[in-house]
Amino acid sequence: MTTEILGVIATYGLTLLLAWPLARYIVKVFKGERTWSDFMAPLERLFYKISGINPKEEMTWKEHLKALLTINMVWFVYAFFALMFQDKLPLNPDGNPGQSADLAFNTAISFVVNCNLQHYSGESGVTYFTQLFVLAFLQFVSAATGIAALIVVFKAFKEKTTTKLGNFWEFFLKSITRILLPFSVVIALILIFNGTPASYAGKDTVVTMQGDTVNVSRGPAAGFVAIKHLGTNGGGWFGANSAHPLENPTYITWATEMVAQVVIPIALVFALGMFINRRKFAYVIFGIMTIGMLCLLIPSMQAEINGNPAIAQMGVQQATGAMEGKEVRFGPAATGYWSTVTTIISTGSVCGWHDSTMPLTGMMQLLGMMLNCFYGGCGVGILNYYIYIIIAVFISGLMVGRTPEFMGHKLEAREVKIAALITLLSPFLILAGTALSSYVLAHHPDANWAVKPSAWLNNPGYHGFSEMLYEYTSANANNGSGFEGLGDGNIFWNVSTGFVLILGRFLPIVGPLAIAGLMASKKYVPASAGTLRTDSLTFGVMTFAVIVILTALAYFPALALGPIAEYFSLYR
Amino acid sequence: MKKYLWPSVKLTVLLLVLLGGLYPLFLSAVAKMAPGKGDGVTVTANGKVVGYENIGQKFTEDKYFWSRPSTADYNAAGSGGSNKAAGNEDYLKVVQERIDTFMAHNPGVKKQDIPAELVTASASGLDPNLSPAAAYVQIARVAKARGISEEKVKQIVDAGIERPVLGLFGPATVNVLKLNVTLDK
Repeated sequence: MTTEILGVIATYGLTLLLAWPLARYIVKVFKGERTWSDFMAPLERLFYKISGINPKEEMTWKEHLKALLTINMVWFVYAFFALMFQDKLPLNPDGNPGQSADLAFNTAISFVVNCNLQHYSGESGVTYFTQLFVLAFLQFVSAATGIAALIVVFKAFKEKTTTKLGNFWEFFLKSITRILLPFSVVIALILIFNGTPASYAGKDTVVTMQGDTVNVSRGPAAGFVAIKHLGTNGGGWFGANSAHPLENPTYITWATEMVAQVVIPIALVFALGMFINRRKFAYVIFGIMTIGMLCLLIPSMQAEINGNPAIAQMGVQQATGAMEGKEVRFGPAATGYWSTVTTIISTGSVCGWHDSTMPLTGMMQLLGMMLNCFYGGCGVGILNYYIYIIIAVFISGLMVGRTPEFMGHKLEAREVKIAALITLLSPFLILAGTALSSYVLAHHPDANWAVKPSAWLNNPGYHGFSEMLYEYTSANANNGSGFEGLGDGNIFWNVSTGFVLILGRFLPIVGPLAIAGLMASKKYVPASAGTLRTDSLTFGVMTFAVIVILTALAYFPALALGPIAEYFSLYR
Repeated sequence: MKKYLWPSVKLTVLLLVLLGGLYPLFLSAVAKMAPGKGDGVTVTANGKVVGYENIGQKFTEDKYFWSRPSTADYNAAGSGGSNKAAGNEDYLKVVQERIDTFMAHNPGVKKQDIPAELVTASASGLDPNLSPAAAYVQIARVAKARGISEEKVKQIVDAGIERPVLGLFGPATVNVLKLNVTLDK
């Protein structure tokens, strides 16, 4: 077990070591300074020229949003039809069928919004064409959308008074050509040389040593797995996601994928400090985020390492911890670490099934997604944290009786209203969704649907409730992991989570962008002795308290019915 | 919105060529140099392909080391786990049955020496590995079924153990398929 814990610590350490230079590089890219990746510039110019884009045209925050939403809509329409008619398109060596309308609706949205909920299985539900030209494509562009939105906010922080916040197309395209694509190639090559397939060959048939005939699904998976992590997307090439031994063959690939998924979110926090020249502000944010992560991580790893008490009672040995739904090459420590990271940063890939983790671990996974701001997904993590900062500034302002200020701009009723609405949105979507599904399950268990509600749950009792709670939490957080026992590949879940996905993605982008844009257009107020210092430890703790209190108030009742009740019934 | 529609469509098409087309093509070309040429790494015995190095197989005969329980039945056309909750009564009954089966095939093994991974299903349903302890506990059965000494089998297991990375990071594992191929030689 010592080597397993050492492995986790080393992997996190390596992430930090890489995040620092990456942050400096990101800042250079978006400030337009010279970097090694300037060889991409001719390609970018070609793209601008053909698309009729002038990258020098500065946009207001409203124009940014219009461009962002328009291109996202284009992707959704394209993805929806491509998935429905994938059986008629090329690159389908395994002869997989087209998706039903409701499944295509859910899958298209889910990948457009960087969630990757996946109500299908990679081996049978999609083709190589849709994997590469729809899903992997969306994994790139949805992550770039998040980063571009964040850079707009960076710009708004940096300027004293302005309405011009750079060009959306430039931020978006550079996120791909300078960050996501080159680093994806590096990650993919590491995976390829450790055994992940990358050719276009279809399923293979093998006669095993005992004479069974089995198939082996393959395909050009390596590139997909690289961007699924780098872009905090999380959707797997295979059904078993990163627990699949071809998608994640060794401990080396485990560490690679682990670093890949969290390095950009952490680098973006450092980049914030460098970009706006307030490094201490970023360090405090980073510190609070890290403490938050540890609060979720330590209990999870401990619970998994200690094993399942119900199995301990049967008298077998659990030296390798709780092994149901885990792989031997990763073990419980690595799987526990992964489960925390993947839920706080909205990746949602898994290297072991969350449904089979201990109740406490399950609660930490849920909390990670409910908070959704400790490091957080590509770009959007800091946007979520920004909302909490606004609330914290507002409350601090009330406490000392001054008009609150942030980054030299007065924070007034309009901005606070937007922040409050965004804060209330998540609990509303998660709890209303869970309430609706619980109601249907309790009162219409035999409704005459493709899958009867009574057949939804894979586990009885409290854990069954958690399965539904998890699904909506994951959809709202654009996470994409699941308590996968839930029978979610049917019209009720496809449609209901589809709407949660859209609202849970775009409103939390619109809100922070609007606040930042509105604030930046106000008169600049130089800092004075009476200004609330947002780069102090005190303010960091204040933000942390706001996060904890808001989350506890919103979710404690639901958590009590799910994982907490399950905990007390298991550890009697 | 209309102002942004055409640029959006054109940029999307260009990015589709770059990200959906060129990116995976480039990787598949480089993969020709990798082990398995990007098709997955196979294992051969007596000149015949008997499986994939990273894809576990079902072993039920006493003369072979058994892999972990699988909900995908080790058919890699699909993949997946049980998704059973820790306290699910039906699930715990299945685990109890697996313990009983194991005890019946491995007389002399004490219950507290059976590692839980041998009676719990893996995440992928294709787990190619066991921990060294889970291999050791099967040595007596394999040796008896093959009529060779336990010493000899233990040597083969020890030679098959893959140590943690740099001896420091991650768990030690044994590849069950490779182990059984070595046994058959």
